[in-house]
Amino acid sequence: MLELKGISTGYGAAQVLREVSLEVRAGEIHCLLGRNGAGKTTTMKAIAGLLPLWAGAIALDGAEIGPLPAHKVGRTGVGYIPQGRRLWGELTVAQNLEVGLMTRGAGRDVRERVLDLFPRLRERMGQRAQTLSGGEQQMLATARALCVEPKVLLLDEPTEGLQPSMIAAIRDVIVRMRGAGVAILLVELRIDAVLAVADRVTFLENGRARETWAAAELRGRHEVIDRYLGV
Amino acid sequence: MSDGAKAAVLHGALIAALFALHFVLPAYHHGNLARVMVLATYAMGYNLLFGYTGLLSLGHAMFFAAGMYGMALPVTHLGWAPGPALLSGLAAGALLSLVAGALALRTVGVAFLIVTLMFAQAVYLTVLYFAEWTNADDGLVLQRAERVLWGLDLSDAGVRYLAALVLFSVCLVLSLWLVRRPFGKVLIAIRENEARAEMLGYDVFAHKLGAVVASGTMSAAAGAAYGLLFGYAGASFAGVQYSILPLLWVLLGGAGTVIGPFLGALFTFYLIDITSGFTTAYMAVVGVVLIALTLFAPQGIGGEIRRRVWRGLP
Repeated sequence: MLELKGISTGYGAAQVLREVSLEVRAGEIHCLLGRNGAGKTTTMKAIAGLLPLWAGAIALDGAEIGPLPAHKVGRTGVGYIPQGRRLWGELTVAQNLEVGLMTRGAGRDVRERVLDLFPRLRERMGQRAQTLSGGEQQMLATARALCVEPKVLLLDEPTEGLQPSMIAAIRDVIVRMRGAGVAILLVELRIDAVLAVADRVTFLENGRARETWAAAELRGRHEVIDRYLGV
Repeated sequence: MSDGAKAAVLHGALIAALFALHFVLPAYHHGNLARVMVLATYAMGYNLLFGYTGLLSLGHAMFFAAGMYGMALPVTHLGWAPGPALLSGLAAGALLSLVAGALALRTVGVAFLIVTLMFAQAVYLTVLYFAEWTNADDGLVLQRAERVLWGLDLSDAGVRYLAALVLFSVCLVLSLWLVRRPFGKVLIAIRENEARAEMLGYDVFAHKLGAVVASGTMSAAAGAAYGLLFGYAGASFAGVQYSILPLLWVLLGGAGTVIGPFLGALFTFYLIDITSGFTTAYMAVVGVVLIALTLFAPQGIGGEIRRRVWRGLP
């Protein structure tokens, strides 16, 4: 589905990613793990078209999307929910979803499907996004990204700072999206959360993709986890 | 009542009230209000860019002046009738905003502000440089005979008021329509978080350029109308002061509200008018009032209405 082939990029003159290669398959949750500064968010930004590639290529269903600007990457079916949610605070819940739906001319049926995943948002449709709780804002950010019916979903720490019930709700949606065939690339810091939902895990270190493991095989392998996450 | 219906009633009531005032206002205030409506139209144009898209320009006088001179030059030198001259003013504003927007939007933030200011200064100096055509500081005075539009004498106070009301109403309805359309919602999304709008698949540059052109053309319509209704096109309208004024009106009236520019222009106009009757240091009084308003109503008058009375105010 989504394939990174030796991509390198960075900010200004500072190189962050060095020849990173990985693959996210349809119906898979692929998790990126690594210490702060390892390049997890930078990888997400490079895929989303927010950083130009210095080298390498990114393919979605075999088609090259690396050189595309961010708005065109979005239209190919890549949904990105960055850290910090970044909602349109002045717009209501309904308007946030509407702007999401307009991108691809999606209709009421898509909106209803998305709202079925987040029944809580139905009760808040007329409320301004900035007045929602943190968990509800994350739900809205996720719902808005789903309005474009993405093939690939990039999630950067979606449960950061949320209460346990909200974390469970968000995680439930992620698992359901996997069931619907969406390829999910997830950045998550808590290893227990990762091992609970992920299918595969790639460890990043100093901007390089070091190893990729099946999540099931990683359980109990503390020495591997400590090697990349231990301080 | 739905938000859309409420918005129609509120803005319709404003237009109806302004029409009713035509019959009851004394001559002095009647003339003032006609001027305020044209200036408010200019501010509405500015508000599309600043209030809804979040782009702070300090060069909007160039669009106002483009409309004004785009209208006045053909009337004075080519003997054009006011109708085609108005269209020529609109075209001048649209073209200038397209070119200036395409170049200025390569920058962001403070750099955008500086670039728009520089463009406006270039337009101002161009007006002064071509004095043979523009009469430089003295400006162009349009004769009464040159201001007859479709048989209507625009130098007549009553006709002038109604013409200003028509311009204001059309632009008010247009603004309301625009910000409720998908295009307007994307502009607000860009203002709130540009990166998110881009990642959802919106061409941010194209939308911003559309906003500059819509804003510049509406400002040019106000400039062309001002010249025609009040019979004068002068270089001072291209100066930096006329770039700052719409920002002031919009901030005071409520950025990002359709009704705000009118409230801001009306408030500022009468604040200056009344205080200047008491003291020659009226700008000091105006300054104090503005500081107070900024402290106690930082979202402007329209913003306060939105916060306290009706959160759905468009």
